[in-house]
Amino acid sequence: MKMKARMLIAVAAMSVVVGACGGSATPTAAPTTAPTAGAATAAPTAAAVDWKTATSAGAGGVDAVCAAGKAEGTLNTIALPPDWANYGQMMTDFTAKYGIKIANDQPDVDSQTEINTAKQLAGTGRQPDVFDLAPVVAAANVDMYAAYQPVVWKDIPDANKEATGLWVNNYSGFMSIGYDSSLGDIKTMADLKDPKYKGKIALNGDPLKASAGFNGVVMAALANGGSADNIQPGIDFFKALAESGNFIPVDPAPTTIASGQTPIVLDWAYNNGSQIDPLNKKGIAWKVTIPSDAPPVASWYVATINKDAAHPAAARCWAEYIYSDAGQNTWLKGFAIPVRVAAMTTAGTIDKAAQAALNPPATAPVLLTSAQIDAAKALLTSGWNFITIK
Amino acid sequence: MTVSTVGVPAPSELPAAGPAFGGAGSSRFKRAGNYVALIPFHAYVGLFLLFPTLVVAIGAFTTNKGQLTLDNIGAVFATKAFIDSFAVSIQLAVVTALIGAILGALLSWAVVRGNPNGALRQLVVAACGVLAQFGGVMLTFAFLAFVGYEGMLTLFIRDNITHTRMDMSWVYSLTGLIMLYAYFQIPLMLIVFLPSLDGLRQEWYDASASLGGGAWSFWRHVGGPILAPSFLGALLLLFTNAFSAYATAQALISQGCGLVTQQIACQIQSEVMIGRENVGKALALGMIIIVATVMLLYAYIQRRASRWVK
Repeated sequence: MKMKARMLIAVAAMSVVVGACGGSATPTAAPTTAPTAGAATAAPTAAAVDWKTATSAGAGGVDAVCAAGKAEGTLNTIALPPDWANYGQMMTDFTAKYGIKIANDQPDVDSQTEINTAKQLAGTGRQPDVFDLAPVVAAANVDMYAAYQPVVWKDIPDANKEATGLWVNNYSGFMSIGYDSSLGDIKTMADLKDPKYKGKIALNGDPLKASAGFNGVVMAALANGGSADNIQPGIDFFKALAESGNFIPVDPAPTTIASGQTPIVLDWAYNNGSQIDPLNKKGIAWKVTIPSDAPPVASWYVATINKDAAHPAAARCWAEYIYSDAGQNTWLKGFAIPVRVAAMTTAGTIDKAAQAALNPPATAPVLLTSAQIDAAKALLTSGWNFITIK
Repeated sequence: MTVSTVGVPAPSELPAAGPAFGGAGSSRFKRAGNYVALIPFHAYVGLFLLFPTLVVAIGAFTTNKGQLTLDNIGAVFATKAFIDSFAVSIQLAVVTALIGAILGALLSWAVVRGNPNGALRQLVVAACGVLAQFGGVMLTFAFLAFVGYEGMLTLFIRDNITHTRMDMSWVYSLTGLIMLYAYFQIPLMLIVFLPSLDGLRQEWYDASASLGGGAWSFWRHVGGPILAPSFLGALLLLFTNAFSAYATAQALISQGCGLVTQQIACQIQSEVMIGRENVGKALALGMIIIVATVMLLYAYIQRRASRWVK
């Protein structure tokens, strides 16, 4: 997934960059003098900055962006589940620090719905200011983003960002199995076939719709003799689990886990990990494992700013916050691997306890190429079906 | 009333030939007034029914860049998964329409035989009015809380009767969907079918009896033929109701794009397969054609049925 994301985005971004070069050459070239460059005729005060087109915080730094954001009052976000990669904490901390309220629309929708909603609500003032997108969707909609480089730009590896800042990878994670440990000890994908797990296993999202579900099937394929080229064994694995009654086609949510309806969930480690504390409080000993019978499967997510943002300064303030040390450590505490992990480890600003708790596998993750993803989608379209004619 | 205030003479003020003339004139004005009153309705229908239908129809025949194409329609016929989803949806709709119509008709009959002003009838009719609209996530949640793997009934049977964990995987199959749909199909049948049953007059039964007819010959020659059009009409309505349902099924079976409504969702809101919105619209156009055909049939049958219900 990661590789695919990079390739696709690189290609898509290139065409946009070529098209946009004439207009945006000056702002990208002068990140430190943006206020004067952006408002040539106006007085060189912070208030004169047109945040809609600002490509960096400029001379005023993060404080100037966030002060302007505070004046705007609100940040419109979309599809940020509070229990996804610690986003709940991220949003609370952001509001506490900068005094910008967050209006989080439709927290549980998928990436494509983020884009659709932005188009439908364009110009109403309710359109999302920032996006958090799955790589495939991010690559397909590059013309909707504003280029912006946060102050920590240099820390972000080149492979994880578009050169002008149209998009930046924000965090990644590994596919994992989260489970109620009172049921038994789960170490491998093969363990899931045990009859005692009848009616207990769920996958987060339909693989034809959601990136997490898709990568769950990839992981099942890798554990069952499949490969990045052929995910059919993964589909067959889930079919067999459904046949035996172990796999149920329910979309897992914190409520279904807490109620015992889906006590075993295949999902990103940062989602399964975020269930540990809340479930502990309810007396459920929730464990998260990266199965040992398959190479790890990982994918990046992508953060972008809507170029038609209703609150452009607040959107840029949010970008500054999520890439700051505090924001990156918030993700790490939520079992997501932040994009600045290497630089922060060197600088010693990383939250070491959170890093230890995450315990990433030593093996390199499997990455699907664009062609492999297309082949996988074709297999899923014909094979991923749980209601059949009787 | 509004017509006379704008200066149309009342019939009594008109010359001798008035009644005919006056009647025609005021009715012309009245008709214009009626049309004015209908504008909000037409605007509503246009905005929320015709406009979306148009968007779907145009989208089905265009590429993402807006050029004309038949590829989307071609994809619907060429993809086995799409054809299968239509087949599953139609099967589900037919089975649940039949179950709803038969059980609902029997329930209506039981209600009609009771005291027309009795508390039982009031209760059943009111409950059905609520239950007919009780679909979606709430219904699925209630269903799973009752018969899911951790459902009340499941656990009760396990703890008191079988003492082993039961296989409830049927809940997440077509069987489960059929049971689930029955929860709103049966009450809907009662609501639409009860007025027709009320229209059956005691006098007809008495007349049939006085001519020596028994219960069988009454139903064979009088009741049956009178009720048949309303029954068939209600059956078609139930079919459409189940065919177009989405949220209930999606909440129960979130994996796979089994029903055609789910298949459309898979095309338009996927973060894995993108740029397939217009294939989704082609699928939606297929649904519109099926539903339109059924509704035309329904309208035709209703016209026949209304002769008797008046």
